[in-house]
Order: sequence, then structure tokens, then C-alpha cells
Amino acid sequence: MSVLTSGNQGDLLVFQPKPDLPPPLQSVGIIGWMRVNLFKGWIHTVLTFAACLLLYKTIPPLLSWAIFDAVWVGGAAACPAGAEGACWPFIVDKFRVLMVGLYPREYLWRPILSLAIFIVLSLLSAMRMLSTRKLVSLWIVLPVFLFWLVNGGMGLAPVDQSLWGGLMLSMGLALVGILVSLPMGVCLALGRRSGFAVIKALCIGIIEPVRGVPLITILFMASVMMPLFLPVGMEVNNLLRVQAGIILFSAAYMAEVVRGGLQGIPRGQYDAAKSIGLNYWKTTFLVILPQALRHVVPSLIGRCIALFKDTSLVIIVGLLDFLGMIKASAQDPEWLGHDAEAYVFCALIYWIICFGMSRYGRSLEELREKEAE
Amino acid sequence: MIKSSRATGLFLQGAVTAGVIYLGYLLFLNTQANLEARNIASGFGFFSTEAGLPISNTLLPYTPADTYGYAFFIGVVNTLYVAILGIFAATTIGVLIGVSRVSGNWLIAKLAGIYVETLRNIPLLLTLFFSYGVTIASLPSPRNSIHPFFGCFLNNRGLYLPKPIFQEGFGLVMTAFVLSLVIVFVLSRWADRYHDRTGVSIPVGWIGVMVLFGLPAIVLFTTGVPVRWEGAVLQGFNFSGGMVLRPEFTALMIGLVLYTAAFIGENVRSGIQAVDIGQLEAAQSFGVGNGVIMRRIILPQALRIIIPATTNDYTSLVKNSSLAVAIGYPDMVSVGGTIIGQNDQAIEIIGLWMAVYLAINLLISSLMNLINSRIQLKEGSE
Repeated sequence: MSVLTSGNQGDLLVFQPKPDLPPPLQSVGIIGWMRVNLFKGWIHTVLTFAACLLLYKTIPPLLSWAIFDAVWVGGAAACPAGAEGACWPFIVDKFRVLMVGLYPREYLWRPILSLAIFIVLSLLSAMRMLSTRKLVSLWIVLPVFLFWLVNGGMGLAPVDQSLWGGLMLSMGLALVGILVSLPMGVCLALGRRSGFAVIKALCIGIIEPVRGVPLITILFMASVMMPLFLPVGMEVNNLLRVQAGIILFSAAYMAEVVRGGLQGIPRGQYDAAKSIGLNYWKTTFLVILPQALRHVVPSLIGRCIALFKDTSLVIIVGLLDFLGMIKASAQDPEWLGHDAEAYVFCALIYWIICFGMSRYGRSLEELREKEAE
Repeated sequence: MIKSSRATGLFLQGAVTAGVIYLGYLLFLNTQANLEARNIASGFGFFSTEAGLPISNTLLPYTPADTYGYAFFIGVVNTLYVAILGIFAATTIGVLIGVSRVSGNWLIAKLAGIYVETLRNIPLLLTLFFSYGVTIASLPSPRNSIHPFFGCFLNNRGLYLPKPIFQEGFGLVMTAFVLSLVIVFVLSRWADRYHDRTGVSIPVGWIGVMVLFGLPAIVLFTTGVPVRWEGAVLQGFNFSGGMVLRPEFTALMIGLVLYTAAFIGENVRSGIQAVDIGQLEAAQSFGVGNGVIMRRIILPQALRIIIPATTNDYTSLVKNSSLAVAIGYPDMVSVGGTIIGQNDQAIEIIGLWMAVYLAINLLISSLMNLINSRIQLKEGSE
């Protein structure tokens, strides 16, 4: 059969293409996708089978432990020692301690209300429903208000700080740590770029040693060494000292993040600000910082995640944060042998919070890339 | 105007200096008063007194009769040991994870992604507790050890491996090994120059592996294998002999390595993805093989992004090794913490900790900067 057939115009041969054949079955649909993505060449085939074997060996036992063989209701008696499945009533029984520590039961509404206020303000910020000025002032007021709500005093019954614990303590340490260390970090970063040699040296002398040592040594310093530095007779409780250590640690890292943003501002911005007669402070706060901070928001969120994870180290200086309460609960003689459940629950909560924050950070980055295009 | 602003600057700096000095003086006075009030000695005199604190897991011989100074030194050695082993292991796993994440195999890429997202979003301390409290605690007792092959026993007291005992003539094998290292080094330099001159590439990788393993192997067998393996033996309730990795050490390594590998994997992934896709396409259109594309085109460019980021992860691995204190591995912080508990000399110990960590991190970043400066694009010189 010829592809060239006679057309209408006498002897002229016109090319008449035949319709395309459908693609071979192996290259379309799910089979085609698998051939390209799973079984391309023998190496990938072997790898795919190895991965499947790994999944087969791990997922079914994990599911049967966590779900099918697990005990869901009942008390400590419902979980026989050496049982195959997980014992979730253990988590239910310990839930209050894990969340708020030994916080008195009759005042529980206070941490719950704090959490609600925190979530509402976070959502308002994430969805940009308020002006920047309002947001900033709200975030400055927030920790003070929440501290009053949880701590009591001035009309509320006071709750001793030794009773605080659990996830509430972890989030509180991280929240205050971030909100206080951010402005400190900005100051340190500006100081590090200052033209005054003494101020520059001072800032470097704070930032670099703090970044060079582990958080644990800073916490030890706050917990063991700081009392020696204070005037004789002056006592600061351990929680506050540890919080100060966390703030110092975080500020040094925040400073480096902010410095990265400051370095990204082109020289022309400074020149332009100078040419319209702005002084150093006006240039910094009206021109440079707003741009620099906008640039580093994703890195700042990364720092928030890191700090939230790092607060788990306070267990080493004797505070019972979320992880501390998890560990203490696992040692309760009434519920022995449920370490795995406790740690899995703890991992899940940390994961949800940190993964959520990192997704939010990534969405901001993508938004910026779109704006840049 | 300029003069006056300069004067203001000088005044400001002077004021700051005076303030810092005054603050330091106040702290000094407070500290002295506090130390006196609490009857705490100062200075490093205690370092030469007998420690009396037991340390398990030591690399060097140690008894409680040794001095505090030596005990602290044991801790420093343990920190270094964990750091060095950890860096090598985390790099190996991290590179595997990173390459898997950009793999064309959908399943492998997804699994690597799940690994990274899981490990990165959970505190390291929790991973450590998990590997120590759940994984290792669920191992059987010494009597029911898992016994996969000769001399290897895995139980809740640790991982027992056969210990090599080198006999006379093993020096020759080591010499052969060093010699083969030199040969490979010289060979690769020569092959590079030969490649530059003629365009013919020599499979240095294969030849190198053959020389590196072949030469010592030949010497090993001609000298009649001068190594004896001493396996661990069950005596009563525990094992004796052999080489043992304690659970604390194993848990610390598992936690640190898995955690850091997730971060290094991310560096490797972003480094590879940052290489312009056009580079890959250009190489493919020339018909360059996949292995060569990776080795000669993608990796050299990706490394420029990977190395600075990974330097940070190495220093955080060293800092994170201080979490050993939480599971009882006697690193520097753990030993130092015990010393503080005994004599309250917190200032000296914390100062030493900071000095050692700063020194290690300085060393790592200068080594990595050296590598980095060789790898970065040399503009204009070539």
C-alpha cells in the first residue's frame, strides 16, 4: 500500500499520513510507569525487589504491633506482660502528665486556653490576616500573657513552676526562646557588621564560642555555673536559668541566619538610603532589616524547628519536659515494659509539629520563588 | 561633622569596653564570694589527685586509682573516637541516602525520602533513647545470644566480635598495605597526567582496588596468615575475651549516625539537584556513560555545594556526641559531669569542655576548608 495517493488535483501526489499506531501496551499506563520507574535495567529490578523485601519484613509486623494486636481499652491489667501488641491505654492513662506535667487538675483550663490562643495566633500569622505591625505587637505580648495565664498571680491562683512539665514545658521553652532570641540575634548580627571594632569583637566573641559548643554545655553552664556568677544570696530558679541558656544558644544561631540575610542586601540599597539622608538607624530599620528578614524567613523557621527539638535536652539538667515525662512514665512500676509505646507516641507528636513547620517553611519558599519569576 | 561622629564612635566604644570590663569584674567578685561561701576550691589542682570514679568503655587502660586529669582525658579520647567513627559512618550512609533520593527508582527514592523526613523531624535524644531503651534492651540475655557466625555474639550486654591477635610477621603485611597505598597514589597521579596528555583513561579504580587488596593478601598468605582470632567465650552469665562493643557505645553510634546521615543525605540531594540539567543532557548527547557522567561531571560540581553544608553537619555531629551523657556512655561531658558532682568545680570543667569542643570544631572546619578550596571553581587561573 502506497502512502502517496492521487489527490484531486490531477497528477499531483499528496502525502496522506496514516493515523499513529497506539503506543505499545508495555509503555503506557501502570505497566509503562513501572517499567520506567521500577524495573529499568537489572540493577533497578534488584533494588526494587530488595526494597519490597525490606517493606515486607518491616511493615506487617509493625502494623500488627501498633494496630491489630494492640490493646486499645482497659487499664494496666488489660496489658499482659510480654504481649505481642502495643498497649495504648498506657498513653491514655499518662496523657495528662505527658501534656502538662504535674499541673494541678483544677487549673487545667489555663494551659488549654494558652494552647488555643497560641494556635489561633499562629493561624492568623500563617494566613496573613492581620497587618505586620499588629502581628509583631501581638507576638510580643503573647508570651507575657501566656506566662501570666500558666504561672498565675495577679488575680489567678499561682502554680509553682516545679509542677510544670510535659509538652507544655517544651513548647513554652521553645516559644520564649525563639521570641526573645530573635531580637537578640538581630542585634548581634548588626553588631557583627558594625564599623566599631570593639562592638564587632564583642559580638563575634559571643556568637562564635556559643556556636562552637554543644547546647548541653550551655545548659550545664546555666544550671550549675550561673548560680556562682550571681550576687551572694540572689537565687534564680532552675527553669529560668535554663531558659536563659536556651535564649543565649538560640540567639547566636539566629544572629548567623540574620547575618546571611544582611549580606544578601545589595550595596545599592545602603547607597540609596544614604543619598536620601537617612541615618544609620533609619537605614537599618526601615530599609535593610525588612528586606533581610524577609529573605531569611525559611531559615528562621528551620531554626525554630531545631530549637524545638533541642529543648528536649533540658532533661539532662533535671527538667521534665515532654521527653522527660515520656521517660518518667515508662519507668512507672504500674506500667513497666511499655518504653516502645511511649517513645513511638513521643516521636509521632514531635514529628507532626516539626514536619508541619517545615512544610510551612517550604510553602513560603515556593511562594517567594513564584513571586521572583 | 565627620570628626564629631568619629568622636562619638570612640566614646561609644570606650563606654562599651568599660562596661564589659566592669561586668567581668563584678562576675569575678561574685564568683569569688560564692566559691568561698560554698567552700569550693578553684584551679586545676584536683586534676592530679586520685579520681576514684569507675569508667566503663575505655579505649585506653584506666583504673579508678588514676587521677582526675587522666579520667577527663579518657573522656576526651572517647569523644574523639565517637566523632571520628561517626563522621565516616554518617558520610557513607548519608551519601547512599542522598543518591537514593535522586535515584530513577521510584520506590528507592520514596523510601530514602521517608527516612530523611522521619529522622530529621525527631529530636536526636529521642532516637538515642529509642535505640538504647527499646532496640538494645529487647536483645536476648548473654545465655541466649544471637550467634550469626564464629565468635560473634549479640546480646543485651553488647556486640562481641572475635579479636585479632597479631603474631610475628604481621608487620610485613602492614608494610605491604602501606606500599600498595603509595603505589595507588603514584598510579593515580600518573594516570591523571597520562589522561591529560593523550586522552586515554586508565581504569585506575579497578587496578587500585586490586593492588590495595591483592598485594597485602599475597603477603598475608605467603607468610602463613600470622593472625589468630580470639573469639568471646560464654563463662557463667557473661562472655569473656574477644572484642566487645558496649550497648551504650552501639546505641550512641546508631543514633548519631542515622541522625546525621539524614542531614548529609539532604546536602547530597540538594547538591546533585543544583547541577544544571543541561550539563547532564550535554554529556548524554555526547554518549558519555552514566558512571562517567556521575564521576566526572555531576559530582565535581555538586561537591561545591555539598562540602560547605556537610562541614556544618560534621561539627554538629561532634557537638551532638555530648548527648552520650543521657545514655551513660563516658564521653568528655559524661565524665566531666561526674567530676562536677564530686567536687563542684563547675567553672574549670565547663571551661575545659568548651575549649576542647572549640578546638575539635576548629580543626574540622579548617580541614574541610582545605578540601573545599581545592574543589571550588578556580576562576581565571585555568
